[in-house]
Amino acid sequence: MRLLSLALMALLSHWRRHRVQCLSIFTGLWLATALWTGVQALNSQARSDYARASAVLAGPLQAQLLPRTGERFDQGLYVQLRRLGWAVSPVLEGRLRLPGEPAHSVRLIGIEPLSLSPASSIAGVQLQAFDLQAFIGTPGQAWVGPDTLRQLSANPAQRARDSEGQLLPPLVLQPALAPGVMVVDIGHAQALLHASGQLSRLLLAGAPGPLPADIAPFLELQTQQDDGGLQRLTDSFHLNLTALGLLAFIVGLFIAHAAIGLALEQRRGLIRNLRASGISLKTLLYALLLELGLFAVLGGLAGVASGYALAAWLLPDVAASLRGLYGAQVAGTLSLPAWWWLLGVLVSVFGALLAGLGSVMRAARLPLLALAQPQAWRLAQGPWLRRQALIAGLLLLLALGCGVFGASLPSAFAMLAGLLLAAALLLPGMLDRVLAWLARRCQRPLAQWFVADSRQQLPALSLALMALLLALAASVGVGSMTEGFRKTFVGWLGQRLSADLYVTPRDTAQGLQIVEWLEQQPAASVVLPGWRVDIQLQGWPVQVQGIVDHSVYRTRWPLLEQQPHAWQRLARGQAVMLSEQLARRLKLQLGDNLKLPANTSPALPVVGIYADYGNPKGHVLANAGWLRENWPQATLTGLSVDLAAERVPALKVALQRHFALDDSRVVEQARLKRWSTDVFNRTFAATAALNSLTLGVAGVALFINLLTLGQSRLGQLAPLWALGVRRMQLVWLGLGQTLMLSSLTVLMAIPLGLLLAWCLVAVVNVQAFGWRLPLYVFPVQLLQLAMLGLFTSLLASAWPLWQLARRQPRELLRPFADEA
Amino acid sequence: MKRNAWLLLSVLLCGCDQPAPQSYAGLGQQAGEFSQVTRDHRLAFPQDHGPHDGFRIEWWYVTANLKDAQGRDWGAQWTLFRSALRPGPETTDWNSPNLWMGHAALTGPGGHQSGETLARGGIGQAGVQAQPFRAWIDDWSLQGRGSIENLRMVAGGDGFRYDLQLHSDHPLVLHGEQGYSEKSGKGQASYYYSQPFYQVQGHIQRGSQCIAVTGQAWLDREWSSQPLASGQTGWDWFSLHLDSGAKLMLFQVREARGDAYRAGTWVGPQGEVVALDAAQIQLQAQAWSAQKNGKKVPTRWRVQVPGHGVDVQVDAVEPQAWMQTRFPYWEGPVRLSGSAGGRGYLEMTGY
Repeated sequence: MRLLSLALMALLSHWRRHRVQCLSIFTGLWLATALWTGVQALNSQARSDYARASAVLAGPLQAQLLPRTGERFDQGLYVQLRRLGWAVSPVLEGRLRLPGEPAHSVRLIGIEPLSLSPASSIAGVQLQAFDLQAFIGTPGQAWVGPDTLRQLSANPAQRARDSEGQLLPPLVLQPALAPGVMVVDIGHAQALLHASGQLSRLLLAGAPGPLPADIAPFLELQTQQDDGGLQRLTDSFHLNLTALGLLAFIVGLFIAHAAIGLALEQRRGLIRNLRASGISLKTLLYALLLELGLFAVLGGLAGVASGYALAAWLLPDVAASLRGLYGAQVAGTLSLPAWWWLLGVLVSVFGALLAGLGSVMRAARLPLLALAQPQAWRLAQGPWLRRQALIAGLLLLLALGCGVFGASLPSAFAMLAGLLLAAALLLPGMLDRVLAWLARRCQRPLAQWFVADSRQQLPALSLALMALLLALAASVGVGSMTEGFRKTFVGWLGQRLSADLYVTPRDTAQGLQIVEWLEQQPAASVVLPGWRVDIQLQGWPVQVQGIVDHSVYRTRWPLLEQQPHAWQRLARGQAVMLSEQLARRLKLQLGDNLKLPANTSPALPVVGIYADYGNPKGHVLANAGWLRENWPQATLTGLSVDLAAERVPALKVALQRHFALDDSRVVEQARLKRWSTDVFNRTFAATAALNSLTLGVAGVALFINLLTLGQSRLGQLAPLWALGVRRMQLVWLGLGQTLMLSSLTVLMAIPLGLLLAWCLVAVVNVQAFGWRLPLYVFPVQLLQLAMLGLFTSLLASAWPLWQLARRQPRELLRPFADEA
Repeated sequence: MKRNAWLLLSVLLCGCDQPAPQSYAGLGQQAGEFSQVTRDHRLAFPQDHGPHDGFRIEWWYVTANLKDAQGRDWGAQWTLFRSALRPGPETTDWNSPNLWMGHAALTGPGGHQSGETLARGGIGQAGVQAQPFRAWIDDWSLQGRGSIENLRMVAGGDGFRYDLQLHSDHPLVLHGEQGYSEKSGKGQASYYYSQPFYQVQGHIQRGSQCIAVTGQAWLDREWSSQPLASGQTGWDWFSLHLDSGAKLMLFQVREARGDAYRAGTWVGPQGEVVALDAAQIQLQAQAWSAQKNGKKVPTRWRVQVPGHGVDVQVDAVEPQAWMQTRFPYWEGPVRLSGSAGGRGYLEMTGY
C-alpha cells in the first residue's frame, strides 16, 4: 500500500512539470464526455417527452373504439355502449389554437374521469387523488405541463383565452404532463372545440362481446398498437444526433489518447527507475490505473457539467425542429434525473480506459532498457503503422460490406464510421509516404532537415492530425449535405407552394362551403380542395391525398419519375402516385400495383414518384373522387387558392370575416414558405452547432499536441541554432512544418469529406428519411473549411512558436550541457 | 336509510379516499342554496319516485333476502345514488349538476361480491324517471312495469349478476312524521319512505352458475340536502323482515361525543306504521369480525324493541360483506333468532 502510494506520487510528480500535458488529458476526457452527454441529454429529454405524451392517459387500457368515418361521432353511441355494459370512457381531442405571434396550438384532451377505470392515472395523477368537483365543475380546470404554462406565459389559476377569444378554465399546473397538451373535462372540451355532443374515441377497459350490430357500422375496435409511433418517426433524427455525438466523443478520446501516450513515453525513465528501485510491475500498473481513474472522474464531472450546459443551449432548437418536422412536443427545458447525469461520469471512465488502457499495457511490456529517444520512438512506430494500415484495410472492407449489403440506418452509419476511422488510421502512413517522397526531392540541407524533422514529429502529431482530418471531413460532408438539401428543398418548396392563399377549414362541411363561396369570387382564379385520409401501410402511417383534376398540378407537383400520361391516368382514378420515401419503404417502382386497405379499392398502378421532403409519414396522391368513393370518411383538410397578388389581402379578410377563421387558418404563401424554411433551418441548427464544436475540439487537440511537442523539441532545435540558424528563422520553419502537415491533412480531408457527403445523401438520408438528394459540391464552402482548418492549426502552433522565439540562448545551450 | 351515500359522494368529490372521521364533517356541510327538508311537506306519488332537483343527495336502494332450492341464504343489493354538485335542474349535456353512483352486491355461501359504477348526469348514461318508473346506470336497472309495485331489478359485476322480479301489493311506508325523518335531534332530516313488502323471484348468477331464488325485498327512497349534523361519525342501520310478516327499520347515528341518535319504524303485517324513538330501541354490538382490510365491524347484534315484544340476536349471514368500493363500508344480509325469527339487511359505516 505504501509502495503503491509512493509509486503514485512519483508518477503524479510528472504532471507538475508538464502541466499542459495534464491539461490536455483532462481536456480530452472533458470534451468527449461533454459532447456525448450533451447529445444524449437532448435525445433522452425528447424521448421522455414522447413517453409522457403517449402516457397522458395511462392505465389498463388495452384498446379503443374509433369512428369508422370522419374524426368524431355522436356521444349517443357512448351512452348506448355503457347501457350495454361496455366499460368505455369517452375522449374528445382536438387542437386548440392560442393567440400570439407566431400562433401556436395545444392538443386539447377532454376526458371523463368518472368512467375511466379506477386504476387509471391521468398525467401521473391517480384518479382517486384529484379534486373531481373542481375538475368537472364550473369553471373547471385546464391541466397543463410546466412547458405549456411557460408557452402561454400564464400563471396557474389564471384564465387564458384561445385565439377565438373563448375563456379557458383556470390553468392548473401538472408537473408530469407532457408539453403541448392541455387536459380538461369532456364537457369543457366540447364547448371549446365547438363539438357539442361529439367524441373522438372511446377508451375500452373491457368488452362483454363483439360490437353490437347497430353500433358496428359507426365504430371500429382498435387494439393497442404502437404507441411508440412518435418514437419511431423521430428515431432517425435522434440517430443523426447520436452519430454526431459519437464522432465528437471519439475526437475527444483521440486527444486524451495522444496525451496519455506522450506522457508515458516521457516517463519511460521514471518507470525504469521505479522498477529498478524494487516497485513491482503489479504495483506500478495499479498506480497507473489509479492515475487514469482520477483523470477520468475529474474529466467526467467537468464534462457532465458542460454537457448539461450544451444540451440546455441546443434544446430549444432541437425542440423546435422536432415540433416542425414531426409535430412532436418536447419541453424547452431539461428535466432529467440526477442519476442520469452520473452515467456521464461512467462514460468518461469508460472513455479514459479506452484511451489509456493501451498505453498502460504498453508500459507493462516496456523493454526497460530501451532509450527514451524520439527517433527511437519513431522507429518503433514502423510496425505500428503497418498494423494501423492493416486495421484500416479491414475497416474499409467493413464499410464496403455495409454499403453493399446493408439496408438499415445503423448499417449506413457503420459504413460511415468504418470509412472515417480507416481514413484516420491511414493518415499517418500516407503523410509519412508523402514526406519520404519530398525528402528525396530536397537538396538543400535545411530543406532536408525541414522534411526529416517533420517526419520525426509525425508520430507525436499523428493523433491530432487524425482528429483534424475527422473533424474537417465531417464538416465538409455535413456541410455539403445541408447546403445541398437546402438548395433542393427551397427549389422544391417554391414549386409546391405556388398557390397564393392556403385555407384550413374547421371541418369538411365548412370546407365545402368555402369552396362554393370561393368559386363565386371573381378574384379567385383557381380553387383546389385537398381531401385526405390517414391509413397504415405495412405498419407505417400514410396520408392519402385526393386532388381534383387541374392543369396546375403538372407544374406545381414536380415528379422525380413518371410514366406517360401520368396525370391523366391519376385524374381518371386509374392510378396513384407515391412519395419517394413511401415508394422506397414499400419497395415499389413505376408500374407496380399498390393495394390500399379499403373495402372496395382495387390495386392501382403507380404512375409517378415525387419528392416529399420533411414528411415523416408516407404520402399517396390519388384522385379526389376515387378517394371519397373508397373512403367516405375522407376529410377536406385544405384548400389552395390562386389569385392576383394585389387581391390576396382583401380576399383573406373577406374569407376570415365570412367564415370566422383566424389567422392560422388562412395563410398566405409567403408566410407558409417562411415557416417551412424556418423549420428547415432549425433542423440543421443543432447539427451545425455540433459540427463546429467538433471542429473546435480537433483544433484543441492539435493545439495541445503542438504545445506538448514544443516543450520536447528543444533537443532538435538546439543543434540548428548552434549551427547558426537564427531563432526567428527557426520559428518560421516550425510554422512551415505545421502548415505543411495540416495542409496535407486538409488536402486529404476534402475528398474524404466529399465521399462522406455522398454517403450521407445517397445512403444515410435514404435509410433515415427515405429520400435521396443530388450531391452538390460547393467550392466556396470547401475553401472556407480548408482555410478554417489551416487557421486552426496556425493558431494552435502560434503559442509554442512564440515561446520558442522568446527562448534564451542559455536554454538552447542546455541540451548540449545535459549531454556532456 | 342509506346514509353512506352522501358520505361516499362527498368523499369522492373532495378527492379523499380515506374514510377518516374528518371526512364525515362533509355531511354536516351547510346546505346553502340547496332545497331544505321541511316538517310540513307532504310526499306525493308517483312524482316522488323520481329525482328531486334542488336537493343535494338522493338514493334508490333495494336489498333482497333470497333463498335457493337448497335452502341457502343469499342477499342482493341494488343501489343508485344521485348527488348534485350544485342546485339546479338537470341539463341535456355534460354540464349536468348531477353525479350518479351505482353499487351492486351479491352475498351468499362462500362470499360477498360487489360492483360499483359512476356516471355523469345529463347525457342519459344514468338517471331516474318517475312515471313509468325507471332507474338506471349503465346496464344496471330497476325497471317498473306499470307502477313501482312491479319491478325488474338487474345488475352485475365482476363474476356475479342477478335478474330479479319484485312484486308488492302493500302500501308504501312513510318513516318519521309522514316521511319527514329526523337524523340528529338538531334539525337535520331527510324525506324517507320505503316499500318493504316485495316478494321476489328470479335468478342469481355466480361465475358460470345460474341459481333460481325466491325471497323478500325492501326498497328505500330518501332525499335531503343535509341529513347529518357535524360530529356524527357513522351509523348502523337495520331493515328486518320478521317471520310474523311485520317489518322493522332501526338506525343509530353514532356521535363522536355522547349518545348515538336512534330512531326506527315498526310496520305491522298489514302495513300499519308506528314510528319509534330512541327510548323504545336498544342496540348492542355483541361480536366483531375482522374484514379483509383489517377493519373490525360488529357482525352480531342484540336488538330490542320491548314495546313490540322484539328481543332478537342479529347475525350476519356472511360476516365478510365488506364493500370494496371507492368508499368502503359493510353491507350484507342477516338472520334473526330469539323472540322472533326472520331475515334482513344490515349496513354499517364509519368503522
